[in-house]
Amino acid sequence: MRGWMGKFRSLFLFGALTMLLTGCGIENISALKPKGYGSELLFDLMLISIAIMIFVFVIVMAIYAFVLLRYREKKGQEHIVPKQTEGNKALEVIWTVIPIILLLVLAIPTVQATFDLADQSTQGDEGVITIDVTGNQYWWQFDYSDEEISTSQELYIPTNERVYLNMKSSDVIHSFWVPAIAGKMDTNPGENMNTMYLEAYEEGVYEGFCAELCGPSHSLMYFKVVAVSPDKYDQWVEDMKNIDPEATPETASAQEGQELFNNNCMSCHAIGGASAGVGPNLGNFGNREKIAGILEPSKENLVDWIVHPDEVKPGNSMPSELVTEEEAGKIADYLLELKHSDVGTELPVQNAEE
Amino acid sequence: MSTAVAQKRGLGAMIWDYLTTVDHKKIAHLYLVSGGLFFLIGGLEAMIIRIQLMKPDNNFISAGLYNEMITMHGTTMIFLAAMPLIFALMNAVVPLQIGARDVAFPFLNSLGFWLFLFGGLMLNVSWFTGGAPDAGWTNYAPLSTTSPGHGVDYYVMGLQISGAGTLIGGINFLVTIVNMRAPGMTYMRMPLFTWSVFVTSTLILFAFPALTVGLFLMMFDRMFGSAFFDVGLGGNVIIWEHLFWIFGHPEVYILILPLFGAFSDIFSTFSKKRLFGYSAMVFATVLIGFLGFMVWAHHMFTVGMGPIANSIFAVATMAIAVPTGIKIFNWLFTMWGGQIKMTSAMLWSIAFIPSFTIGGMTGVMLAAAAADYQYHDTYFVVGHFHYVIVGGVVFGLFAALHYWWPKMFGKVLNEKLGKLAFWPFFIGFHLTFFIQHFLGLMGMPRRYWVFMEGQGLDTGNLISTIGAFLMAIGTIIFLTNVIYTSVKEKKVSGDPWDGRSLEWSIPSPPPHYNFVQTPLVRGLDPLWVEKMDGKEGMTPAEPLGDIHMPNASILPFTISLGTFIAGFGFIYQVDDPVWLIAVFAGMGLTLGSMLTRSVKDDLGHHIHKEDLEEDIKKGAGK
Repeated sequence: MRGWMGKFRSLFLFGALTMLLTGCGIENISALKPKGYGSELLFDLMLISIAIMIFVFVIVMAIYAFVLLRYREKKGQEHIVPKQTEGNKALEVIWTVIPIILLLVLAIPTVQATFDLADQSTQGDEGVITIDVTGNQYWWQFDYSDEEISTSQELYIPTNERVYLNMKSSDVIHSFWVPAIAGKMDTNPGENMNTMYLEAYEEGVYEGFCAELCGPSHSLMYFKVVAVSPDKYDQWVEDMKNIDPEATPETASAQEGQELFNNNCMSCHAIGGASAGVGPNLGNFGNREKIAGILEPSKENLVDWIVHPDEVKPGNSMPSELVTEEEAGKIADYLLELKHSDVGTELPVQNAEE
Repeated sequence: MSTAVAQKRGLGAMIWDYLTTVDHKKIAHLYLVSGGLFFLIGGLEAMIIRIQLMKPDNNFISAGLYNEMITMHGTTMIFLAAMPLIFALMNAVVPLQIGARDVAFPFLNSLGFWLFLFGGLMLNVSWFTGGAPDAGWTNYAPLSTTSPGHGVDYYVMGLQISGAGTLIGGINFLVTIVNMRAPGMTYMRMPLFTWSVFVTSTLILFAFPALTVGLFLMMFDRMFGSAFFDVGLGGNVIIWEHLFWIFGHPEVYILILPLFGAFSDIFSTFSKKRLFGYSAMVFATVLIGFLGFMVWAHHMFTVGMGPIANSIFAVATMAIAVPTGIKIFNWLFTMWGGQIKMTSAMLWSIAFIPSFTIGGMTGVMLAAAAADYQYHDTYFVVGHFHYVIVGGVVFGLFAALHYWWPKMFGKVLNEKLGKLAFWPFFIGFHLTFFIQHFLGLMGMPRRYWVFMEGQGLDTGNLISTIGAFLMAIGTIIFLTNVIYTSVKEKKVSGDPWDGRSLEWSIPSPPPHYNFVQTPLVRGLDPLWVEKMDGKEGMTPAEPLGDIHMPNASILPFTISLGTFIAGFGFIYQVDDPVWLIAVFAGMGLTLGSMLTRSVKDDLGHHIHKEDLEEDIKKGAGK
């Protein structure tokens, strides 16, 4: 399961480098704390390249330091004319050939990793999950077409399984990036569909980013990848399939909220089912880690977001002041009650510095 | 007549002189001043960006303005600061280094400058007319094609106009270097700066048309309803990325190569040694230029080109490290065994080696296609390209300005202030950008208006902002030095550094016609060769005689002004066809000026032998 470089890690330089680099960043966010197949493969590739580069840098700096210390002009030497050397063929050959060899050492694992991560051989096989990812200004849609369910902002995947993502965009170019478990891939509009895969080793909630400039709220286009054990994942799929958008909420306020939601919001949004329409599918909304990808899940924040979406995410297409603040409060009551599946809620969110 | 009136007339005459000049030395001044101003504007934009990112969830500027800031910072620094400053050096130095009296096409030289300036002004006018371009300096479609307002239109028109100027300049220097070399100045005796300008001009010739094409497609998409980048109508957005990077990647070599050349001259001069491995250096320069065209798609590893294309571009990119390494080692061995004199110019060059080496190494790391899936569009990339562009190009510009300042203005920049400017800039540079590599890997994507609290990015960003302030301090000290030097410092001789190449064989600043008599070149480092033979200056290759020089002309200015006016017409005719008047008026001025140029005989003027003899008495001979 571990990367093919695992056994070399114990080598001193790599060990030291690994220690140094993995000290950086927060768990489940940082690319330097790999927790998936892709990120680990890439971390190993980074280590090889850093090691080679440090080797070269040390040599350059050694010559550099020597030259600067030894050959600085001293007082009284102003009239000395140094020997005008033309060059040295042997040296030229050395510093041409050695870098070529070092680059070959790097090029081979690079090509291997590039092909490895582009592998799609098992896609479409029995039991292999493929999820359609759509980037939108400024939210993510995830369609599980085999199961006829769809979510937004939170991508659920089973651990230790390769999950394929078919990626495209509905508007401008975005880029899907989950540094802790895989690299990134652009989502293009039109015909250029991309495919990548995720494989998470551990259960967890992983931070995801949009990495291609897509408008004013580019920096607010976060999402989460929730990796759970295969059993829990099956449970989640079952829960999501069973969502009944007509189910009557408990409190009176939430019931009014449902009414308001159905009248004002349903033209774009959906709750459960396969289609998401123009806006995000709000199934299981009450269990989301964040509202709109960025706000803490409180009623106050949700009301704020419903009434003034443009102040929270500039340039997004949800209309402002479609409902009054009071109505928004009821809608918020309704949405926060939508807890269709508690799978994943027990996982700690690594979003605070410890 | 009072002195005030006299001064006023003096100023007016000077402005007219600069508006009409075709003298490469004065055009160098124009490029220097306007490039310098744009550099300050770009720097100000950078400071605003860093203040916004000083702390998490900061609200110093709005999200929309932030995108305008990053777009204009990148566009300004690349097209309006680095390029013209490099053209300033090319103009100031190349004709002198090859023993020529001007460039091949002095009129075009002036035209190139004015097109650049009006393009640059056009781009910056957008700040005052409802918003600057906001789709990033790469301007990816469809974000750019669907961007509301006219910001992106200004990007398209401004770059189209200034790009034409650059293309003209590139062709001009290509022809100049091929045709105008003094007798004996064979290719393999040209100073490395001239060599690198030669290669850079070739790159400009082949790279800029790709940008021109891309900009035309975008112009028609935005202004005339075509659909090259509209997927809904069968267009394809990836075409823009390819066109942009087919230009954009060679562009970085266009920027760095001339400064590689400048560093070569500086290392050699201040080590009192000829350049180590001259022919290897020439070969490496040409090879970098050639390979520079083979690697554009390494900017697009995450676009989804597939593993075969990604692998090919990865390996091709890694290959560029080889000639670059050759250069680094040859510079080190140029200093080896020399007498290193630590002037300000040398200090910047010395600082360049480790800074650029780090930038080159992160470049190789980025070349590893798969690993780029993590680096791409993060602060790792931001750190990388600032290490090569600031650590290479900006350090190089500072070094070259210190080195050639006496040749351009007759005075050596104050050495104490020079070194005082260096340290805060150097330390600030590493503080700002080194940490950004780690920020990127820790999960900070590029072009983020805010980052969230609790993602572990706070400290790194704060350090980066502090570094940016140090760089600003360094820049201010450098500007102080420029003013101080022009007021306080004394004139120096034509050869203050014990120089080796031809530009140091004539007075500073050189007379209008550069060389009284065209020099005879007898080897690499021609002036050094003569000095070693115990001679005072160059041996002339021709008897003293009349010199033919081109006449000044206002037409380049009016041609460029016409495109500027027409540019506004093109942008606003979308809103109201009345603006087509501006298109016709502007194009009329441009074409009319061109026609005037074509039908009017302008045979130039002669500087007579008697006047030259007068000048020689005053010291123009050497």
